[in-house]
Amino acid sequence: MKYLANVVTLELFPERCTGCGRCLEVCPREVFANNGKTVRIVDRDRCIECGACMMNCSHGAIQVNPGVGCAAAIINGLIRGGEPECGCGASGTSESSCC
Amino acid sequence: MAVELFDLRGGSNTNPAANAPAASTRWSGLDRLGRLKCRLFNSFRMNYRVTPGIYAVGTPNGGSPVLVTSNYKLSFDLLRRELSGIPAWILVLDTRGINVWCAAGKGSFGTEELIQRIRSTRLPEIVEHRKIVLPQLGAPGVQAHIVKERTGFSVEYGPVHAGDLPAYLRSGHKATAQMRRVRFGFRERLDLTPMEIVPALKAFGIFLAAVFILLGLQPAGILFRSALRNGLPIAILGAAALLAGTFLTPLLLPWIPFRSFALKGFLIGGLTTAALVFFIPAQALQSVFLQAFSLVLFPAVSSYLALQFTGSTTFTSISGVKKELKFGLPLYIAAGAIASALLLFYKLEEWGIVS
Repeated sequence: MKYLANVVTLELFPERCTGCGRCLEVCPREVFANNGKTVRIVDRDRCIECGACMMNCSHGAIQVNPGVGCAAAIINGLIRGGEPECGCGASGTSESSCC
Repeated sequence: MAVELFDLRGGSNTNPAANAPAASTRWSGLDRLGRLKCRLFNSFRMNYRVTPGIYAVGTPNGGSPVLVTSNYKLSFDLLRRELSGIPAWILVLDTRGINVWCAAGKGSFGTEELIQRIRSTRLPEIVEHRKIVLPQLGAPGVQAHIVKERTGFSVEYGPVHAGDLPAYLRSGHKATAQMRRVRFGFRERLDLTPMEIVPALKAFGIFLAAVFILLGLQPAGILFRSALRNGLPIAILGAAALLAGTFLTPLLLPWIPFRSFALKGFLIGGLTTAALVFFIPAQALQSVFLQAFSLVLFPAVSSYLALQFTGSTTFTSISGVKKELKFGLPLYIAAGAIASALLLFYKLEEWGIVS
């Protein structure tokens, strides 16, 4: 299943990529593929912006604004006027439903 | 039952390996009950935890693999259940009882916690090798190269699903493309629907009370008979909208047209509402105002509830959900306002103030 088209913030800077392949390993959505010496993005719309590739790229070749695609968290953030926050894990007694 | 899990071996020994509690690969009746309660009760789920630290599965030695997980007990249970006949160490991080993927998103299943836990459990004294296996879905929280730099342990990202671990370990830590993919089938979605339905039921209680009071309200006071006669069909429509958004849409997700969850929920809620409005032979539903009220309100409710399921799926992105909300929220508010006005007109018509 794929989500909305042309919305994600994923960016790849091929000039910094060394082709180590770590992103291929951590991406749960097969967004990247090997392109000889570097990697390339095969399907941007498959990206869920989890941030795993950026976190594990020691060469800074990937940029994405990571977050969780959860409506409850985003609405919560709108109400409190802060970042999206699903409430779970903060105090351990939260009643809000999340992930 | 807990004894089976926390069978502490000789406490006086300073050897960290000998002090590791044993984790059974079998589930007790209590473990099975725990999983069921996690699927049903949020308050239970949020406090279902194991103590962070190192655990021994079977009789592991210095060469056995180290598998890292969260301290949400269900995650820990699902992992140990797959390790029958595989001696291993389980390193449990303190994620405040949150599963690996969500905790990685928050950073509590993260680089710092992993480094601290490797040190506090004295892992370098327990194993001779310098490799740890993390679930792939922990990757959003962990910078593998930093962990390597600061502890000497290289991070290997294992399969997404614990069920693939035995095959992964047997193959010399090679994950196939299949193992790297998140599965989100009918069964997974079915498991998650109670967590959508139960929270929505709280709001449904308030809705029911409002419906019976407003539709029972007559110039003479709130009459039970008119509350039941006019309120019941609307209550049924409300229940149908709730199930359309929290159950039918999640379950039928891949087969419903549109990529947007709001549109999927709107379509299913719209079809359900339209079918019921025109087929329930209730006198109240003969009113054009109540028909319009139902057709405006309930598809929007179903759409809103379906949008809540984005957080339970494995393929939505924050940018996408923000876009849906940007268009959806104003429309939901408008639908609520229009529906309120239509209900008011219905009451005025019923009382003969307008004809």
